[in-house]
Amino acid sequence: MSILVGKHTRLCVSGITGREGSFHTLRNREYGTQVVSGVTPGKGGQSVEGIPVFNTFHDAVDRTGANTAMIFVPPVFAGIELIIAITEGIPAHDELRTYSVIKKNGRARLVGPNCPGILSPGRANVGIIPAGFFKEGNVGLVSRSGTLTYQIGNELAQRGFGNSTIVGIGGDPVPGTDFIDVIGLLEDDPETDLIVMCGEIGGDAEERAAEFIAAHVTKPVLAYIAGFTAPPGKTMGHAGAIVSGSRGTAVAKAEALEAKGVRVGRTPTQVAEVAVSLLGAAA
Amino acid sequence: MYYSRQLMDLLEYQGKQLFARHGIPVSPGRAVRTVEEAVAAADEIGYPCVVKAQVQIGGRGKAGGIKLADDRDEVRRHASAILGMDIRGLIVKEVWIELASDIASEYYASIVFDRSAKAPLVMLSTKGGMDIEAVADEDPDAIAKLHVDPLLGFQPFHGRRLAFEAGVDEDVVRPVGAMLSKLYDAFVAEEATLVEVNPLIVTPERVVRALDAKVTLDGNALFRHPENAELRDPSAEDEQERMAHERGLTYVKLDGDIGILGNGAGLVMSTLDVVALAGGRPANFLDAGGGSKAEAIASAVEVILSDPKVKAVLFNIFGGITRCDEVARGLIEAFAQVKPEVPFVVRLDGTNDVEGRRLLAEANLPNVFAESTMDGAAKKVVELAAGS
Repeated sequence: MSILVGKHTRLCVSGITGREGSFHTLRNREYGTQVVSGVTPGKGGQSVEGIPVFNTFHDAVDRTGANTAMIFVPPVFAGIELIIAITEGIPAHDELRTYSVIKKNGRARLVGPNCPGILSPGRANVGIIPAGFFKEGNVGLVSRSGTLTYQIGNELAQRGFGNSTIVGIGGDPVPGTDFIDVIGLLEDDPETDLIVMCGEIGGDAEERAAEFIAAHVTKPVLAYIAGFTAPPGKTMGHAGAIVSGSRGTAVAKAEALEAKGVRVGRTPTQVAEVAVSLLGAAA
Repeated sequence: MYYSRQLMDLLEYQGKQLFARHGIPVSPGRAVRTVEEAVAAADEIGYPCVVKAQVQIGGRGKAGGIKLADDRDEVRRHASAILGMDIRGLIVKEVWIELASDIASEYYASIVFDRSAKAPLVMLSTKGGMDIEAVADEDPDAIAKLHVDPLLGFQPFHGRRLAFEAGVDEDVVRPVGAMLSKLYDAFVAEEATLVEVNPLIVTPERVVRALDAKVTLDGNALFRHPENAELRDPSAEDEQERMAHERGLTYVKLDGDIGILGNGAGLVMSTLDVVALAGGRPANFLDAGGGSKAEAIASAVEVILSDPKVKAVLFNIFGGITRCDEVARGLIEAFAQVKPEVPFVVRLDGTNDVEGRRLLAEANLPNVFAESTMDGAAKKVVELAAGS
């Protein structure tokens, strides 16, 4: 006897014509599962090794009596622990649903989308950060922007600082991972002595980070905010970078951080200079 | 047609037409561009009617952009005054003629993306018709709020709960709740990042209706909504912005005289700040994006230089996937095509920077200055803009 799936199962596979979809479907069938149909919108009428494909689940259920569905949404449900999404231009509602699904379904962490990835110099690089500019060191860097991260990282490197890890969290309105999450991880990382956060206008992630830092962080934190001169109501490139009315301004963010003892550099160069004053001249 | 990466604000009438498609009750009306069309529209809709300026800016009423008309002569008079009117820098090119409504109560309703909660936030208040930020500051309890689980969606009980909490008149709890449901449907179906109704009115006949509409759509999702991608705001169209959008560039017009080109939104924003700190005034935000090829760079230069206010241009590139040699080639190409008359300051760092700098040095372009740091480049361009 079995529960849920067994000899009675009549399986329909969503995404059956994709590479992963067809691979796993055929393995399931080899094992003995009754695979009766598949769904790929626009590919109705085709077949995958004899399994008929329909445009909709409605048709598939109607015509083949399917009672069980398998949906390929890699890699969220596949036991992956860390998903790094470099992709830009993902619709906000898709991000919202994806985030909600990931949050509900388990242990996976999503970083991004619309981010440059994560670099731990000397260890691993996942994404598009130009690793050649950075070396191993004790500064943890977290940023909403890609190229600005390189700029600040490079200013630090020119003064001899290296990085424990550089994390791009991305410029979209619904990032999978926030400043707070990364700052918390850097606080616990024994190889990080200074945390540099690089924010920008829009939203309140920097303000929330300020509260978090005051309550939970013992290491020095140094910040940079881009967009002091951005006019209200205009999206500055990143979907998340917009000042609405009096909210989300660079001034408000800098003040919120400074009120909690976080030093804020006004230019990338100044950030590196403050780093020197906090850590002393690096090797 | 282009798909903007940015957010797209709709005009009131565009928002109302979108509402109407989702069964949200709005008053009958028509959008027109001439006085004669306004009169014809009013005759068709009936009197009294309201003539409303269609520009994306608050305070239209105070500026004289919203007028009640009892008859044809008044429509003619108001439409003549409002069409062409300058409301805080925006020229009115369209008016919306709408049947006037009797109002018993004015409420407020909105759905926004709450980024901290990572969920849509639905708000309802009986204090409609005024600035909701002021209500939020002075009387936060007057706004009922509810986060919606995007996987569950907005349920009828959510609407009733908000209506009771906000204290709407009991006889309209159900229709107000129903309107919130439909607003949520529209918010999701049209992939909006904001829908706001202020005021949401109750008429003396106890009919509930959206008297205003503010809708912001997600530019990243417009590829799924070709009918929305076609919507235009003629009063807000700027020549450079239109040109940039057609070329797939992320460009925002600003009011200074220093043209800016960089790669990556954060770095460009930072460049604007550094130029401002050096005493200059940027003319634009232009993110050439990641991995730009030479043609894209040349095309971007054309857009920047088409703004006659630009006196000097700053290139600030930190190459990741963007290659500095491609940027240099693009600039050389642009000089061959458009022969700029203003000076350029170029700062190249990152991927293939040595090769990029070598190409520029070899090309020996007139009036192009290489700088090695962002701060140095900003100082130099401010100097050049002031001197020309």
